[in-house]
Amino acid sequence: MDALNKLPLNIAAAIRGLFGDPHSIWADLTMTVIGIILVIVLIVLAALILILLERKVGGWASQRPGPNRLGPRGWFQTIADALKLLGKEDVTPAEADRFIFKIAPMIVFALPMMTLAVIPYGMGMVPIDLDLGIIYYLAISAISTLALLMAGWGSNSNYSMLGGMRAVAQMISYEIPLIFSLLGVVMITQTFSLSKIVEAQSTIPFIVIQPLAFVIYFIAGIAEVNRAPFDLVEADQEIVAGPFTEYTGLRWGLFFLGEYGNMTATAALITTMFLGGWQGPGFLPGIVWFFLKVGIIIFLMMWIRWTFPRMRVDHLMGLAWKVLLPLSLLNVLLTGLGIYIYQYVLRIGG
Amino acid sequence: MTLERTEELALNLGPQHPSMHGVFRMIAHFDGEIITKIEPKIGYLHRGLEKLAESRTYAQFIPYTDRLDYLASPHNNMGYVQAVEKLAGIQVPERAEYLRVIFAELARIASHLVFIGSLALDMAGWTAWGYCFRDRERILDLFEMTAGSRLTVNAMRIGGFSQDVPDEFWPALKSFLDDLPEMLEEYQGIFYGNEIAMGRMKSVGILPKELAENFSTTGPVLRASGVKHDLRKDAPYGIYDRFDFEVPVLNGCDSYDRGLIRLLEIKESAKIIRQAMRDIPEGPIMAKVPKVLKPPVGEVYHAVENPKGELGFYLVSDGSTKPARCRIRSATFINLQLLPAISIGWKIQDVIAIFATLDAVLGEVDK
Repeated sequence: MDALNKLPLNIAAAIRGLFGDPHSIWADLTMTVIGIILVIVLIVLAALILILLERKVGGWASQRPGPNRLGPRGWFQTIADALKLLGKEDVTPAEADRFIFKIAPMIVFALPMMTLAVIPYGMGMVPIDLDLGIIYYLAISAISTLALLMAGWGSNSNYSMLGGMRAVAQMISYEIPLIFSLLGVVMITQTFSLSKIVEAQSTIPFIVIQPLAFVIYFIAGIAEVNRAPFDLVEADQEIVAGPFTEYTGLRWGLFFLGEYGNMTATAALITTMFLGGWQGPGFLPGIVWFFLKVGIIIFLMMWIRWTFPRMRVDHLMGLAWKVLLPLSLLNVLLTGLGIYIYQYVLRIGG
Repeated sequence: MTLERTEELALNLGPQHPSMHGVFRMIAHFDGEIITKIEPKIGYLHRGLEKLAESRTYAQFIPYTDRLDYLASPHNNMGYVQAVEKLAGIQVPERAEYLRVIFAELARIASHLVFIGSLALDMAGWTAWGYCFRDRERILDLFEMTAGSRLTVNAMRIGGFSQDVPDEFWPALKSFLDDLPEMLEEYQGIFYGNEIAMGRMKSVGILPKELAENFSTTGPVLRASGVKHDLRKDAPYGIYDRFDFEVPVLNGCDSYDRGLIRLLEIKESAKIIRQAMRDIPEGPIMAKVPKVLKPPVGEVYHAVENPKGELGFYLVSDGSTKPARCRIRSATFINLQLLPAISIGWKIQDVIAIFATLDAVLGEVDK
């Protein structure tokens, strides 16, 4: 099992070995390119699987079979849909702000690529290991607000603009409890590096010591990726599809990829921060544990989406500012007290 | 403190829009998220049914009534054939009367199930929608057994019922009624008891009693505003005076009570069906009606309580085979006029819910 665990690392070392000097600039460059390609493959694969999974979970929740025509149990449905999207005409509305309209889906797609690049997928398997991983992640994921606003404003349509405005109001409110809920883990581990946080959870995952923070991050995370019951940005019953209303073909597909990529990234961060990342009992390789945990979180998100009705915009703000924010501050206080008592006991004992 | 005012936007909702039931269209003017004005536009489904009636014989018009409120077609049939029977003085056999009541109350349950499902769906509650349509399927199967069609049932005739129900109808009906309380509990749990759904509907879209009466609202919308008015009790038609049932009345006047009252009415309808199943006699299902029906000169107004409210038929006979004039008083056409009056000042999301609680079926609104 240990050999299987280290297999990706050995492959990486072998590739570096091809360059003579394993730490030459060319070796580093090659490894970075391979890492980026792997992350893109991950996003596309995740979107392909998750879209089908979403429809299957939706069918399961509301007593329907879901897609079941194409391929075994409908497994080829998403591929057919993706191919169909490729053949669609690329329409830019006459009244649109063309530059902003065209660049917005690219930004949405680029963001999960940047965030997923700092996640530790297994022992030593971090595409880019940053010391300030958490801060980097939060900073990058906050930009998606801007992309949605650009899409909403650039489309020059009332549905889109309303969606874009809602995106700004919602995501900025939820950013704050989101960040505060991560602070407890940072206080305990004394580090911003995601791989060090995973290593710190080798004995006990932080969901046990930080249950409140986990719940806050989970709720705020759903709101951050605009999923039901917080999907006001693309509330089809009110504003058709929000910022995505005017998009067609592959541009619209990029939004979809970005959305599912963001969802994967959020689930990956929850796994890393609270569920012990790739750590797990030794009978499975670390990377399998990692994706298993990510899958469970994503399934939970889908289950919630198909079960609950959508919240109203003022209740949404109320929840962020009146409930989640005080609770996350309380969590910081409790964590601080806990650390103080722990250190005091250690001093007395030692 | 003065509130900062922003530019007013207009949003077109419908006739093709994810939230619209049928082909209703409204232009919502809003400021921020607050609605300032609603312009409803109807008529996309206008077929001129009232005028069509004048060129059809009395019996030929029955299938057209199916297309009024297509979610509860037995009620439309019943309202029309009873109006003609009143005009021509036809006595309907007992068994047919009981079958009519069973079909009408089943249609009420089916219509209310669609209402609950679409109300949930308008708030993105997919699961509740799935449950409701799963259960409604069983009622449609019952209709299919008897009349052959599921949506536009068309089982009633002037003077009785088209055909007797098959033998497998009764066990299927009984098992449906036995499962019904469990289904209602499910809807209660997944939708009406949900914190988010309550937050979106409680104290939203207030329809005061006086306003409801002034708009001559009928049906569950009126009863949710605290007025006890139900034609089955107040002006019993057919054999409704023989059944023992309650008329649920709620005093909340808000979207939540307008939604909840349908759940309570389903229970009462089930009660009526059980009594009808117990009391139904054997016998003929058609009265002797002349092949060429020529009602005496005169006029008649007959109203029934359909799932949405008072459905009335006003018929004028000039002694020929065709009605000289047919006027249909449809409940949702009148209930829908409340929408601009009670939507002002609420958010866009609330208006979607308020519209759903009025339970408009465009086949009946546009006629």
